[in-house]
Amino acid sequence: MRHVFGVRVGPVAFRIGSAWRAPVEQLRTLYRDYPAHDGVPDFTVRLEAARPWRRFVRPSVHIRGDFVIPDAAPLPLAQGLLAAEMGMNLQMALGQRRFLLLHAAAVERDGRAVIMTGESGAGKSTLAALLQARGWRLMADEFVLVEPATGLVHPFPRPVSLKNAAIDVARAALPDALWGPLMRDTPKGAIRHLVPGAAALAGAETPAEPVLLLFPRYGLPAEQRPVGAGEAFVRLTQASTNYVGLGERGFTALTRLVTDVTRAAIDYPDTDSAAELIEALW
Amino acid sequence: MTPARTLAAVLADPSAAEALTPGAWAAVLAVAQAEQLIGTLAVRLDGLPLPARVAALLHDAQATALEGRRQALWEAEMARRALAGIVEPLILLKGTAFVAAGLAAGQGRSIGDLDILVPRDRLDAAETALLAHGWMWVKPDPYDDAYYRRWMHELPPLIHPERDRMIDVHHTILPLTARLRPEAGKLVADAVPIGGGLAMLSPTDVVVHAAIHLFADGDLSGGLRNLWDIDRLLREYAEADGGYWPSLATRSADHGAVAVVARAMRLAHALFGTPVPQDSQRLRLSDRLFLRCLLARDGWARESRKLTRLGFYIRSHWMRMPPAMLARHLWIKWRKGASAG
Amino acid sequence: MSATRYRAPPADALVIAPLDEIVAVFHRASGITHLVGPEIPDLLDVLAAQWLTADAIEAAFEQVEGDRSALIATLDELVAAGLVERG
Repeated sequence: MRHVFGVRVGPVAFRIGSAWRAPVEQLRTLYRDYPAHDGVPDFTVRLEAARPWRRFVRPSVHIRGDFVIPDAAPLPLAQGLLAAEMGMNLQMALGQRRFLLLHAAAVERDGRAVIMTGESGAGKSTLAALLQARGWRLMADEFVLVEPATGLVHPFPRPVSLKNAAIDVARAALPDALWGPLMRDTPKGAIRHLVPGAAALAGAETPAEPVLLLFPRYGLPAEQRPVGAGEAFVRLTQASTNYVGLGERGFTALTRLVTDVTRAAIDYPDTDSAAELIEALW
Repeated sequence: MTPARTLAAVLADPSAAEALTPGAWAAVLAVAQAEQLIGTLAVRLDGLPLPARVAALLHDAQATALEGRRQALWEAEMARRALAGIVEPLILLKGTAFVAAGLAAGQGRSIGDLDILVPRDRLDAAETALLAHGWMWVKPDPYDDAYYRRWMHELPPLIHPERDRMIDVHHTILPLTARLRPEAGKLVADAVPIGGGLAMLSPTDVVVHAAIHLFADGDLSGGLRNLWDIDRLLREYAEADGGYWPSLATRSADHGAVAVVARAMRLAHALFGTPVPQDSQRLRLSDRLFLRCLLARDGWARESRKLTRLGFYIRSHWMRMPPAMLARHLWIKWRKGASAG
Repeated sequence: MSATRYRAPPADALVIAPLDEIVAVFHRASGITHLVGPEIPDLLDVLAAQWLTADAIEAAFEQVEGDRSALIATLDELVAAGLVERG
């Protein structure tokens, strides 16, 4: 392909090919502190025009790669970076088989990890990003990788995709952070990518032992309740895109995870209350 | 050498993998993924010294293939239970048959739907039993339904929603509209048991079916995997039975499939070095078109040479349906498309 | 006609993980995870790799007579799930 970018995020290597220069240049900026990768990738993503001449006329970016869904709608070229990020997410969601993949965020301190999961909009990405300002290492904001053989959580510190009001909140809390371009009018409103801090990138190959599993909900008065292992198991199978694909390895990893960790549902009105709840359960 | 041809070369001779550069590996793996041959490649290269990242990827692919195999065999077992007393043994087709019978063609193979062959006079009873055991119609469209029932070689596809698996119930191996007319009765009569209440087509029929499937069913996409099936089947059967080649020739003639089987043999020999008889080795001019089409992917696994593929698609439809019927079929499809949007 | 009999997979074909309020059962032949109530593993154990009638199952549990329909309903559910075979 005309423009190529290779990068390693934690244990996963991507190769991204693009028909246009702009998305690749944006990727180079956003990922400038990540290790480059020009060997054999785990996943290939292609950003293509529907027809050769559509590279110039009303260009729209089609997301292709090793794993695709047939009805993925194309994006305008101005959102090419978002297309690349979605393409990488899609490869992980459909193709990851080395780790049990949980749709969740994770932070770490002293080698011990907190996994936070919940429906989109529960605020887990934002919470994980903001906890960096309070001394936590960001391990993942979207996909938590659990290694079946050891039960350890491996980092996957992608740039955090923040939306709408969360963008300004994070800019105030993390004034020195590196950001991608602001993309307005995406299918999900305004989106901007926040590059994880130095600790997250330096520790991108350092796994941690999961000790706490949280089901956070943002926007409610601070409260917590315990969650049974069975409920946690069911909710995590629903939050995993590859649980079935992993077969018995997935079963072993997930039953072990929910049995070994402390489990709680927390409601929180702001980051400070969430941090206090987490530090109390820790 | 195109990446797809490199893939074919490595599949046929795993020692060729040692010479691959990182760039060549990236291309070969992407093409193998796209052609649904990555599990097969992983099994072929198992145990060889490989670059660490390649080994890790192929290890994942092998695990994935193993899970696919487990699910496919289980789906066959569930169909067997549902159809007990109606069709015994249950005749499996394609990938599920290969893995259930422990054939080399099944090693690492990716498997999609469950395909079974049911005698035509048992079709209604089989349909009723599957519906009673939780299978449902995929798309209840009266036109498609009537079309399938009148002209196709299978029931409209059924899905088991809880297991999220499709089943294709065939009563022969080509649409009734096709000019090729394989003899369904012979297929059933000569099926061989493979244990566990299951059966598969005879060694000659299975190759005839694979060849028909390769050229007459669809647009040759996924054809590389189908041709690899044929290579493995031919090697295994010819080694076990000294009289295999003449039997295959006779059987191909019985089914009116001499040309497609001969072409499959020539192509398999050209790509994978299949040890077919001398007089089936020389490529014809038209074979080169087929080869180009089978290998039409670049190092990013993009399908190149779209025009060739399109040509093949039209050709394959014409082969299955007399022209007037094709026109009627397309017209109804277009009209429905127009009213929908 | 002889009485309906039931059979579950052999014990080593299942992986059983109790998770507080429920039990997760991984079925190796299908790769399917089943979530069941706490009494089901005992039932699967009694039926492991042997064909039994409902009478024999009740006898194995020393169950008092009268709740046959609940047992049959449970067995039917397990049959539909593929965990138990009916013959």
